Amino acid sequence: MTLVDMKHGHKFIIDKIEDKDTRLQALRFGISEGSEIECAGSMPGGPVILKKNLQEIAIGRRTAEKISVKKKGMI
Amino acid sequence: MNDCSQINIDSELQANKKIVLAGNPNVGKSIFFNYLTGIYVSVSNYPGTTLDISSGKMGDAAVYDTPGVYGVGSINDEERVARDFIMSADIIINVVDASHLERDLFLTQQLIDLDKKIIVALNMMDEVEKNNISIDLENLEKELGVPVIPTTAAKNRGLDRVRDSIDSAVNGNSIFSNNSNLGQKLNNIRTAVKNTADALMILEEDENIRCNYPELQNIPDLREEIYTARRQRVDQITNSVLTYDQNTGQFARKLGSYMLKPATAIPMLLVLLYFIYQFIGVFIAQTVVDFTEGYIFTDIYEPFVRNIIASSIGFDNFFGQLLAGEYGILTMAVTYIFGLLLPLVAGFYFLLSLLEDSGYLPRIAVLMDRLLQKIGLNGRAIIPMLLGFGCVTMATITTRLLGTKRERIIAIFLLGLAIPCSAQLGVIAGLIAQLDLVYILVYVLTIFAVYVLAGTFLNKVLPGESSDLLIDLPPIRLPDLKNVFNKTYQQTVAFVKEAGPIFVLGAALITVMQKTGLLALITSLAEPVTVNWLGLPAETATAFVMGIIRRDFGAAGLTAIALTPAQVTISLITLTLFVPCIAAMMIMVKERNFKEAVYIWFGSWITAFITGGLVNFLIF
Repeated sequence: MTLVDMKHGHKFIIDKIEDKDTRLQALRFGISEGSEIECAGSMPGGPVILKKNLQEIAIGRRTAEKISVKKKGMI
Repeated sequence: MNDCSQINIDSELQANKKIVLAGNPNVGKSIFFNYLTGIYVSVSNYPGTTLDISSGKMGDAAVYDTPGVYGVGSINDEERVARDFIMSADIIINVVDASHLERDLFLTQQLIDLDKKIIVALNMMDEVEKNNISIDLENLEKELGVPVIPTTAAKNRGLDRVRDSIDSAVNGNSIFSNNSNLGQKLNNIRTAVKNTADALMILEEDENIRCNYPELQNIPDLREEIYTARRQRVDQITNSVLTYDQNTGQFARKLGSYMLKPATAIPMLLVLLYFIYQFIGVFIAQTVVDFTEGYIFTDIYEPFVRNIIASSIGFDNFFGQLLAGEYGILTMAVTYIFGLLLPLVAGFYFLLSLLEDSGYLPRIAVLMDRLLQKIGLNGRAIIPMLLGFGCVTMATITTRLLGTKRERIIAIFLLGLAIPCSAQLGVIAGLIAQLDLVYILVYVLTIFAVYVLAGTFLNKVLPGESSDLLIDLPPIRLPDLKNVFNKTYQQTVAFVKEAGPIFVLGAALITVMQKTGLLALITSLAEPVTVNWLGLPAETATAFVMGIIRRDFGAAGLTAIALTPAQVTISLITLTLFVPCIAAMMIMVKERNFKEAVYIWFGSWITAFITGGLVNFLIF
């Protein structure tokens, strides 16, 4: 399961971020492998928006496809 | 920038110490800067970038405002500039968005690890209260090991305390002091270099800093290890100082999420575009420009200059023509820059600053990402594309913010090809308004189709693929107007400095072409294409030649020729797609190189005439 399968409101845990640059940039934003994240929206065919507390970041589709997640439950 | 390109920041400012403001984007650094330095501020361009650094004085200390960054490094121009200022600072005021501690403290911890004297201004405390977050300040101060002062800069709270506490800045608790493995590695490098800051950046794989120490061998690449350790440390700090009350829905956050749901976001964007059109297209381009260009410059300034020239060197010689003739550098160039472009560009920057400070711009980028990916760009390209409608020249410069060389080439070509600048749009709007709706549709759809096709084509033929979007979405906020005006002013001044000399040069070039007969020669050579292929009267060739020099010139030249509605449409399509103006062309040479600029130039020629001819034969 990857980020692109997440829908608005889904809560999940980041399992693996493949690309090194993305991993480093995400670390700066506060998101790392093992973080608990909420999906705050997803453009059809476009970026996925992640939310951790008040922090929101948008991740492009192709990168999102390469970030695998573990589900935690739905609201 | 793969060389040791660091800058020496010891400017003219005579100062005993350097105070540097550092923080993430949109955390309110400039408000602190303005408060600390008062009115005697100078803005200087950082060589090789579009970044302007403000500097000022506070007592006998120099104060510098740096671009907002998420970390110290060399990912982009902003980071390289911020890094160089941070590394040379005596004291750092780290402005932190208290409602985004997890994100912001990463930079704070990195600054501490750089072994700098730091004071933290914990800003936006009002948002913390609004979001029912509580922060244990005492504990935060203890964990970081540096003074933390709560502020709400936009409401002028806490600024005085920050100013009075600057001298209490100290070196905080580095992650290296509690990590024997990393600590040992840092010490090994530390002995061979100037200071701890250099040692850290070398371990974090910063090319520019490593390059200063060519003698160092076998340096371990520890960026990811250090980042992970730092992230763990920051998460540990935030877990111990933050308490979230489960958020009650808040208006700004709801608005922010509506801006990202296609069903609500698209209507909102359309409403916004309508207001932009009303402000730029109607208010500035017509009311304001009529006054500045039409009245101040054409009616008062130009006759005044011509009188002076007539009574001194006269008009019957080359220099008289060069200075104040049809394309005079004192008349046409000055009127064009200050009467026409200045109001338009200032208007655009004002809106763009509003959008930027309100947090809407990154959301537009997210919304447009999918479409822009299809033409080899990503959502961030929306900024130069929007700017292009103001002035293609300036937009070309801002393509620097795009991630890769490939994206810059595509964006610059599309800007030069299919985005009409405000000056040209003004003339086109006047001509097209007289036509039936069907012609207007043919015009708009043709230009749009060419834009998409050209982008798709370049995306296919250029090697590589577009880089992906990864951006932080700042909260939706009401922009601080003083700050918006400040930014608008600084960027407008930068525009005049950058584009002004090029317009003057362009004007001089046309006068030379006209005087040498080159202009007339080109006109006659171009005639077969215009008459046979495009089905236009022979005189329109002149308009195209004018269009080479400035596209709105060309469009304006058409008003003098009697044309059928179909001919007007074809000539407008061809002119819009035609070569970018000389100023834009020169910027392209400067930003890319001569070869690419020439490709773009001839590419536009070919696209323009093929499209014009096709519309002529297929539609009319």
